[in-house]
Amino acid sequence: MTRICVAGAGTIGSLLAAHLARVAEVSVLTRREEHARALNDQGIRVSGRADFTARVSASADPSELDADLVILACKGSDLDALARRLAGHFAGATVMTVQNGLGAEDVVGARGAWPLLSAVTFMSGTRHGDTRVEYILDTATWIGPYRDTTPADAHAVADLIASSGLKAEAFDDLRPAQWSKLIFNATVNAVAALTGLPHDRNFAEGQLGALVHALVDEGKAAASAAGVELWEDPWEMNVLATQRGHAHRPSMLEDVAAHRPTEIELITGALVREAEKHGVSVPLHTALYRLVKAKEASYS
Amino acid sequence: MRVCIVGCGAVGSLFAANLAQLDDVEVWAYDASREHVDAINANGLRLSGAGDVLGRLSATTDATALPACDFGIVATKAMHTGPAIEATAHAFAAGCVATVQNGLGNEEALAAHVERVIRGTTFPAGKLVEPGHVQWDVKGDTTIGPYGDTPFTEVERLADACTRAGMPTQAVRDARGPQWRKVIFNASTNPIGALTGLTHGRVCERPDLRALVSALVDEGKTVAAAQSILLDADPEQLIDHAAKPEVAYNHKASMLQDVEARRTTEIDFLNGGIVRFGREHGVPTPLNEAIWALVKGVEASWGQ
Repeated sequence: MTRICVAGAGTIGSLLAAHLARVAEVSVLTRREEHARALNDQGIRVSGRADFTARVSASADPSELDADLVILACKGSDLDALARRLAGHFAGATVMTVQNGLGAEDVVGARGAWPLLSAVTFMSGTRHGDTRVEYILDTATWIGPYRDTTPADAHAVADLIASSGLKAEAFDDLRPAQWSKLIFNATVNAVAALTGLPHDRNFAEGQLGALVHALVDEGKAAASAAGVELWEDPWEMNVLATQRGHAHRPSMLEDVAAHRPTEIELITGALVREAEKHGVSVPLHTALYRLVKAKEASYS
Repeated sequence: MRVCIVGCGAVGSLFAANLAQLDDVEVWAYDASREHVDAINANGLRLSGAGDVLGRLSATTDATALPACDFGIVATKAMHTGPAIEATAHAFAAGCVATVQNGLGNEEALAAHVERVIRGTTFPAGKLVEPGHVQWDVKGDTTIGPYGDTPFTEVERLADACTRAGMPTQAVRDARGPQWRKVIFNASTNPIGALTGLTHGRVCERPDLRALVSALVDEGKTVAAAQSILLDADPEQLIDHAAKPEVAYNHKASMLQDVEARRTTEIDFLNGGIVRFGREHGVPTPLNEAIWALVKGVEASWGQ
């Protein structure tokens, strides 16, 4: 049986760990010891679109865990700290990132020689404490090879995730999908964080809709200069998401509301740097990047 | 001469109480706040701080009670210009109405209801402490000039009265320079404070954010230049000056205060005004447009 370690038990990590525990031997690496104890005692209770409790073994000490596949499910802003904790451990394991934005693979790759898979996930949920998670949107996780891995490796992991009851899809090259989501997140998350609006119809019409459209166009120009043919049109993704009836509160909005660091570096920051690298000017994304960084600075 | 202050908040009160010191000026004030109006009628209008003044004047919440006036001085928030002048226009049928408000478009809103309009920009500031009492924080100059066909002699008459009253006011043929200088300053800094929560000084000490401020200033300057408006000072220098610890480093922009209190902001008349004038003159203003949309988004979020 495949051994999987999910590092980081937030919403996405908890959903992955609980589902995968039905088809694999799953351990969870936590930051806090009491979190590990709670998981060992109570498992993970999933509600919402699924309804079950999964047994997992958990520890806050990476040397106590081993795995064939490590899934890093922390927020982008915590990724480097987590990768440093993994350094020297999990020899022989493949490591998969699921962070928003771009560049997560390189942050992790700099801390160890593990083979790497990259992934982006569209599923969403709400964490109700250390051992309870509500599964809300059953949208897919997309997986592709990155370093020393093959499309077959990506397919194997996607199949495993799909067999656990979540949606997953493998790509020979993840970049078209990753960039579609990058442009979507860079636009929607930053606008939500700055305005305080959930992802509602304001993003698809009128004055704010025009800004969102202009931001998407800048992102498309950057993608095109980077040689990426987008998998989905981020504007259509945006419009569809605003029509679901339930206005999602992007994590970046939750982060600024709670005065936490955001994922702006890996998302909008990454887009701005990629655009610069390819000689494309993205003044609107640059402005949003600076404004969100400044908003983070205002916490203190 | 009879002058009516339309909108007797902090800035309006500075004009009202000071003008009331002159023997040859009779001052009226029209304001929506019943408590403020009652306090003014009972005890006079008091200023304290940069100057200590007690002005005796007639205040009313009922526009129909206003007598015919030689001058109006409109000092409401920009979004209230239309309703305020619509209600009071009868008092200015033979007079002139000056705006000392923030932003762009106030003159046009006034001209829809009265014949003779005076463009104005004012720098003194204060805040309402309690009904009938305004704290005068900063003294400063006012510049006024004719809008449309308003006779310059009338502009000079009002400037003379204000100056004699202790509100130094200059009459100029083209008052757009000071107006655009102040609008560009406000549009390039206030919403940045409002969106980030940072004070003016902290906005300016972040090099990347200061560069965004400059990019907004540049768009504003281009729109001004397209209308042959000569700015009377460089907004960049004023922005850096204000960032000094002894000037306004710790100042929270009024728009930030509005956002914190969930009050509608003046964004439509600042960045919105720059965008509208830019469109009229074929100048693209994408950053001002983005900032305008973001602050409107902030306002929309309060209804959620």
